[in-house]
Amino acid sequence: MTMLGTDEDADGGPIVGPYHLHVDGRLHAVTDAWLGDSLLTVLRDRLGVTSVKDGCEQGRCGSCSVLLDGRLVASCVTLAADAADARVTTLAGLPVDGPAPAVQAAFLCHGAVQCGFCTPGFVVAVTDLLTRHPAAGEDEVREALAGNICRCTGYGRIVAAVRAVQADLAAQADLAAQADLAVQADLAVQADLAAPTGEAAQP
Amino acid sequence: MSAALPPPGRERIGASALRPDGPAKVTGAFPYAGDLTLPGMLHARTLRSPHPRARIRAVDTAAALRIPGVAAVVTAADVPGVATYGLIGPDQPVFAATEARYHGEPVAAVAAVDARTARRALAAIQVDYEPLDPVTDPESAIAPDAEPLHPGSPGYGPGGPFADPGHPNIYRQLDIRHGEDPDRVGPVAVEDTYVFGMQDQAFLAPEAALVSPAADGGVDMALATQWLHSDQEQIAACLGLPEERVRLTLAGVGGAFGGREDVTLQIHGALLALATGAPVRIAYDRVESFLGHPHRHPARIWLRHSATRSGDLVGVQARVILDGGAYASSSRAVIGNAVTHCAGPYRVPNAHLYGASVRTNNPPCGAMRGFGVPQVTFSHEGQLDRLADALGMDPVELRARNALAAGDVLPTGTPIPGPMPARELIELVAARPLPPPLDPASPGVVSGLALPGGRPAGGDPARVRRGVGYALGIKNLLFSEGFDDSSTARARLELGPDGVARAWVHTACAEVGQGFVTIAEQIARTELAVEEVVLAPADTAVGSAGSTSASRQTWMSGGAVRGACAAVADRLLARVARGLGLPPSVVEAPRRVLTLRDGEIVGPEAGARIPLVEALADGPVEAEYTHHHRRTEALDARGQGDAHVAYTAAAHRAVVDVDLDLGLVRVVALALAQDCGTVLNPLSLVGQVEGGTAQGLGVAVMEELVTVDGAVTNPTFHDYLLPTIADVPDLDFVAVTYPQPDAPYGVKGVGEAPTGTATPAVVAAIRAAVGRDLRRVPVRPADLVDPSAVDLATPRPADPVTLGDDHDD
Repeated sequence: MTMLGTDEDADGGPIVGPYHLHVDGRLHAVTDAWLGDSLLTVLRDRLGVTSVKDGCEQGRCGSCSVLLDGRLVASCVTLAADAADARVTTLAGLPVDGPAPAVQAAFLCHGAVQCGFCTPGFVVAVTDLLTRHPAAGEDEVREALAGNICRCTGYGRIVAAVRAVQADLAAQADLAAQADLAVQADLAVQADLAAPTGEAAQP
Repeated sequence: MSAALPPPGRERIGASALRPDGPAKVTGAFPYAGDLTLPGMLHARTLRSPHPRARIRAVDTAAALRIPGVAAVVTAADVPGVATYGLIGPDQPVFAATEARYHGEPVAAVAAVDARTARRALAAIQVDYEPLDPVTDPESAIAPDAEPLHPGSPGYGPGGPFADPGHPNIYRQLDIRHGEDPDRVGPVAVEDTYVFGMQDQAFLAPEAALVSPAADGGVDMALATQWLHSDQEQIAACLGLPEERVRLTLAGVGGAFGGREDVTLQIHGALLALATGAPVRIAYDRVESFLGHPHRHPARIWLRHSATRSGDLVGVQARVILDGGAYASSSRAVIGNAVTHCAGPYRVPNAHLYGASVRTNNPPCGAMRGFGVPQVTFSHEGQLDRLADALGMDPVELRARNALAAGDVLPTGTPIPGPMPARELIELVAARPLPPPLDPASPGVVSGLALPGGRPAGGDPARVRRGVGYALGIKNLLFSEGFDDSSTARARLELGPDGVARAWVHTACAEVGQGFVTIAEQIARTELAVEEVVLAPADTAVGSAGSTSASRQTWMSGGAVRGACAAVADRLLARVARGLGLPPSVVEAPRRVLTLRDGEIVGPEAGARIPLVEALADGPVEAEYTHHHRRTEALDARGQGDAHVAYTAAAHRAVVDVDLDLGLVRVVALALAQDCGTVLNPLSLVGQVEGGTAQGLGVAVMEELVTVDGAVTNPTFHDYLLPTIADVPDLDFVAVTYPQPDAPYGVKGVGEAPTGTATPAVVAAIRAAVGRDLRRVPVRPADLVDPSAVDLATPRPADPVTLGDDHDD
């Protein structure tokens, strides 16, 4: 529609030169975008990433939550062009070896999903919280998620889902710790066995 | 997709089956209306009046049409059919033609190659407005000599489909007179005026539709709505097309709460698709969503309650004024609900209850969860607390003493239908354990997170006061006052491509998040004894399901699905009976001999079993069923009649902490006891009452769409505050489950009642904490700390938002 870098638009600002966005591990070329285009607009309208929702355009509802270099942001108030050198992680790009799959399953099983419009943003935000702070207390959980609005559930089932994931993570951590101890004990036994009789094993 | 997601549910009714659309929703794949695209799709935007009231001298679209990329501009001059539409009567212009009557009223719409070009085109449309003085005070609007705000309003004046309301600016008034002396006042009387601010549904996905022009000259539309067939009827009338050429399919709906019951962008999008011959996506941003759909009616309610000295109610008198705004929407029905409920869940021997819904130049108001009942519940519960004070009686005891029971006569003169455990509910909720007192040494208080306002506010724990409040309420279920309501479903039992027997179910019921899709599958599994259920997309190719509102779909469309599935089972069993050569008497009533059970038909003799797969080898069996609820009556001239099908009751207890210096409130704990009928899905039930409670909490302490001289000042999520996860405590919920005798499986709708009772319970708790006489919601910080902040009607001062230039995304 326009030539690069030449068109002034009253509401969008100048067209910026082509740039690349790293979204969920893939590199996308973005051309003909306005300087003022939000990351949300580019993700949805140009890259077709519709799991990122547009609820308020003001950074208040969290429906458009993504991670930018691992930091939770509202993509509607983030300039896309500013994200050019960053890693953008949407719901689909959350690591499968992190809490995300458990968060998704818990949202489904605990009734945290009704209309579901807030769900992708919530899953990103909860995953971010539990990655950083798996044992967050209830007040911290509520404070950390206060940037995501849900109008359907009244939050009760969302809190229940988060608690369930935290309980699983804690149980896993316990198991891992026990396993760790077992491995260490094993290693110690092996070291003992390997050590020459009457001499201490070397560290 | 993650392997961790649970498999699809196989549960029948009564179990917590999981949502069939849940996996798509948690992975972000679920397509909402605003996510849909088609090749060559144009983008449409709407031009709105910046004035609450203005004469429109001229609309010049020439400059907009010259902008490259603009495909069409439509205005009032381009509406080929009826120029107005409306949910109950058609009084709202598709586009304002000669006068704009509220801030944000659509004047034109544009389709262009992209949204940005469409927005530019809006700025280029020249509208010559002559601003007029808006009438924004409902009492002034209905003064005897007030000027008519919409002269010749189609449908609402003399000669229209409704009885003349008696004043040009009244949509409807009614006057209920009940008992020996409706105006009787007992020895202990309290009276007061209560004010309820304008609440917005604030569903999270703004309005959107994708409209395609069809080869037959009609349109195909995928959209988010609550009632496909009502939309279809209104769209077709305005397009001048037969209804069958306006085909609607439900797209993913991101919440509704009443806010999608009215037509908003549908006709505009269809006009643009027909004008351009191209598919058109029409969508709102958040500001437009706030301006574009009707809200909950602001209310001003005077009530007088009186009782004997021992605390038995003697009389209730009321004057309920609802501000309906510039167009009628559902104001006629909402005022009916408000007035018939304004004596609450109490035995009232004498009542004189007057109410009117009124036309002003404020934003139109219509359906929102509770539909006229939250406003009066807030008010009558404030009265009950005042009366308890005046009597020196415990507020729970006063409520329990006067609570309606099954068979008690309502102010409308007929006995309450079905179970009515109001007394049990208030006593149950009062018996729930209270939270521990605020502990200054607790981590939450030390960090500030558990104090009113949270961490940044940094209040002084020593200045925090705790209060406890109660509220009891009732809410009618389904459509009322003689409306012939129904829902139709089609069901089929068939062999799937894998050779497995499955049920197929088709309704036009709008799934808006409430979980009807889950319930429909559970019902089909229950009735047809199969595991796999396929739900056809909701569309206008099947009969109307009615609206997803009035707590009605589990009962109405659930009843339709049950009826259709039962008819399918009957037909299949009859076919099997014929095949077995059973006598005609058995073929006519095969269930006397044959039973459908877990994938097989169990025959007349012990051990005779026919696998369903075998029985269906002769072809699928299909049936359609339309469910009606029992008929209700219109109210007579004295407001008497059997107006409502059924009721549910709810009781809330709220515990709050209030910071006396900051005027901030933290709701510490909520308990709810509710009359739920038979529970089909416990998980869905909890979701409904928790969500309903949160919306009632919201309007108690933060939610208000503020207008100044008719102009909306806060149509954004920055300025319209919604409860977050930090504002809503866990709900201690007790379900009471008496089956409703005339409902399918004994169900009741549950989503609305707790919205009505949460608000007065929270406000009662705040009153108890601060000792202030609070008669207005939302309660604002100034109401709690400023000694002069008692003027009920004064809105928060704020600058009106200018539309157009700074209205961007």
